[in-house]
Amino acid sequence: MLAFLVQRISQALLVMFVISVIAFAIQDGLGDPLQEMVGMSVSEEEREAIREELGLNDPFLVQYFRFAGKAIQGDLGNSYFYSKPALEVIAEHLPATLELVIGASLIIIFLSVPIGVYSAIRPQAWLSKFFMGVSTVGISIPVFLTAIVLIQLFSIGVTVNWFPSDTGWGQWLNELLTTEGGLPSYGRGDDLVHLFGTWESGLFTREGLAHLLLPCISLASIMLPLFIRLIRAEMMEVLQSDYIRFARAKGLSAGRINFLHALKNTMLPVITVGGVQIGIMVAYTILTETVFQWPGLGLMFLEAITRSDIPLIVAYLMVVGLIFVITNTLVDLIYGLVNPTVKLAGKKA
Amino acid sequence: MKKLLAAFVGSMALATAPLAMSAEATKELKVAYDSDPVTLDIHEQLSGGILQLSHMTFDPLVRWTKDLGFEPRLAESWERVDENTMRFTLRKGVKFHSGNELTTADVQFTFDRLKQSQDFKAIFKPFSGIKVIDDYTFELMTSEPYPLLLNTATYIFPLDSQFYSGETEDGKDKGAILKHGNSFASENLSGTGPFTVADRRQGVRVEFERFEDYWDTESPGNVGKIVLTPIKENATRVSALLSGGVDFIAPVPPNDLDRIKRDRNSELVTMSGTRIILFHMNQERVEAFKNPKVRQAIAYAINQEGIAAKIMKGFATPAAQMSPAGYQGHNENLKPRFDVAKAKQLMKEAGYEDGFTITMMAPNNRYVNDDKIAQAAAAMLARINIKVDLKTLPKAQYWPEYDNRAADMMLIGWHADTEDSANFFEFLTFCPEADSGAGQYNAGNYCNPEIDALVQKANVETDLDKRAAMLQEVEQRLYDDAAFVPLHWQDLAWAAKKGVSIAPVLNVMNFPYLGDLVVE
Repeated sequence: MLAFLVQRISQALLVMFVISVIAFAIQDGLGDPLQEMVGMSVSEEEREAIREELGLNDPFLVQYFRFAGKAIQGDLGNSYFYSKPALEVIAEHLPATLELVIGASLIIIFLSVPIGVYSAIRPQAWLSKFFMGVSTVGISIPVFLTAIVLIQLFSIGVTVNWFPSDTGWGQWLNELLTTEGGLPSYGRGDDLVHLFGTWESGLFTREGLAHLLLPCISLASIMLPLFIRLIRAEMMEVLQSDYIRFARAKGLSAGRINFLHALKNTMLPVITVGGVQIGIMVAYTILTETVFQWPGLGLMFLEAITRSDIPLIVAYLMVVGLIFVITNTLVDLIYGLVNPTVKLAGKKA
Repeated sequence: MKKLLAAFVGSMALATAPLAMSAEATKELKVAYDSDPVTLDIHEQLSGGILQLSHMTFDPLVRWTKDLGFEPRLAESWERVDENTMRFTLRKGVKFHSGNELTTADVQFTFDRLKQSQDFKAIFKPFSGIKVIDDYTFELMTSEPYPLLLNTATYIFPLDSQFYSGETEDGKDKGAILKHGNSFASENLSGTGPFTVADRRQGVRVEFERFEDYWDTESPGNVGKIVLTPIKENATRVSALLSGGVDFIAPVPPNDLDRIKRDRNSELVTMSGTRIILFHMNQERVEAFKNPKVRQAIAYAINQEGIAAKIMKGFATPAAQMSPAGYQGHNENLKPRFDVAKAKQLMKEAGYEDGFTITMMAPNNRYVNDDKIAQAAAAMLARINIKVDLKTLPKAQYWPEYDNRAADMMLIGWHADTEDSANFFEFLTFCPEADSGAGQYNAGNYCNPEIDALVQKANVETDLDKRAAMLQEVEQRLYDDAAFVPLHWQDLAWAAKKGVSIAPVLNVMNFPYLGDLVVE
């Protein structure tokens, strides 16, 4: 266990190093940060003076070693736009993203497991076919489109009058398709509860939860169909296996077989895939946060790129790299808990 | 029962009475702009966002009216003493947010600080100094007669000199202007304006509250609190308005104009803007561009009306010059020229009938539809056998390329900080000269010393009619010479919920006077 952690930590350090070099190497391609900092009519001389002050004129290696020296002491530099330490900026934006990811994950877990299991046990039922059909559509719709449709339906609202409203059925259909709107379409709302440090949470107020709803659904919409299909496929395979047949023969109850024996083995590959998907989730939060103006890490990163806020970009990439390493480590540990026969690296057999 | 009812009505009346009394400034306004002010130090950066902040939390000496005239704000009156001096009288009894009273000492402090500011010092270069006469009278002096003195006075928002003087607890100068990193002034603010900053989280939201001791008691404004949320994504900003999440948005993207017009609960306000979009033709990179006939051919080949109608969806005013209507240099006679036959003829005369190949660059996230405009222009040039190799870049990468003059034709948009034609010429068509900064954005390397001299002459001409004639002549000569390819002035659009009467407080400079905003 200890050896496993040591190995992971050294991996993390290597990842950080590689990321920092790459991020530093591409900074020339990111453009001139000064364009965001000064007005158009500022003379070239003044600009040069600021560049000199910021150390942007130094050779690559000088800049890198200055950065690395500070980074070792936990200082990743100051964001140009926020005028404060990049790590502090990230810490301020992290809670918003975490809450978004937690919300989306909860939706995914609470929907994908029952739906996946159900459609594996009863593959021929019409409800299963319906779920499979919807999930195929769900997989192929890009997240920003889902987001925009959700905003149109539930924030702005739509009035449908396609059907003749003087007939009973027409009126019924119109009313069925008409939505009220009124859900918040942007941001986290005003009613945040301060937890600790930089964490201001929207999880404890009605308003905060209302703001979370649409972004969480959008983010979940990408992963949910994937997990439903994955759980279904794995579960169906497990249900065919000998030990399940044996359990059936022994006369165990269906619930016990399905939810204890079968589901446990189904979850192993799902957890692995889930761990990998967390990385992809980071990419999708960028899209979701942009559409919903969600003040989290994704939006912050995207804007840092348009502003060529180099220190913030580098810091973000390193923090995300760290999050990857941590989640993968956790996934491996959880995997070991679910299935004790799996050996962690370095552990004697 | 009757008693109960009477008591109820009575209590209602009592409850509403104080409300009615304080109804002056109790409305809350939620605003979504595409950006938020980068700092609270209004001298740190010269940008639209900062000027919007300045007009909310400070007051200028004078400010622009809707028809580009001047109205007194903190300066009650002004008069010319001589060619180089203007005397101002300050309004009495104006309080800063800190409670200090405004005097000429504050104006002097502000003037000195502006002269220090990297972004503002260029605008204040013509000024030689300020002379304080008494607590409420001062004179602004220029080294030469300066026709734009009042234009520049719109940039003087007096700062609270006592508030910004001295040292912070950790020994830093409170008045320091710091481009990056924190300074006292970038986080604390004391102005004379209608709003104070109550809470600010950069990039997320800014909260403003009405300043109780605001001097302008005649202002009809009744907004007590403003919450500003920056929403960069166009679609999100529009849906925030349509869903009732915010009350006022700017800018409105051209693609959503119809949608907002159709919406029963929203109101759209548009205006022809003053930002010119144009192409430079680099004469140093392309031999053919030295030939005026080729430049004219290009000017004839590009269809400004078409771009404004199709690509900008009618949301732009086709241009044949840089000065928009209302500017002194605006020349009524100049109309967009579009005539492909004539363009081909000119190419033939110049000896380039078979055409040539050029490179073109444009930003793709700086101006409205900038990349699409460039694509259209490239297609139009193909019709006169000029083959265009087009590259579009995000603005952060575009401007370094622009500074390097990295392509034969480059797109730029310009808004004159002084709201005056001469500013266009100085930056965009003057013979480039690194030392003086003249022609800093003249990526065409067009150079005509005669025209430059004429603009210089106009810059010391205080007879405004004479000056206008000179600047109009400059436009005419640049047009004849086809010094650049003008495209259009970008229009401006704002939208608000019904009942928020934004129209009276909007202006072509795009700093809404929110202090005067009336909400039903």
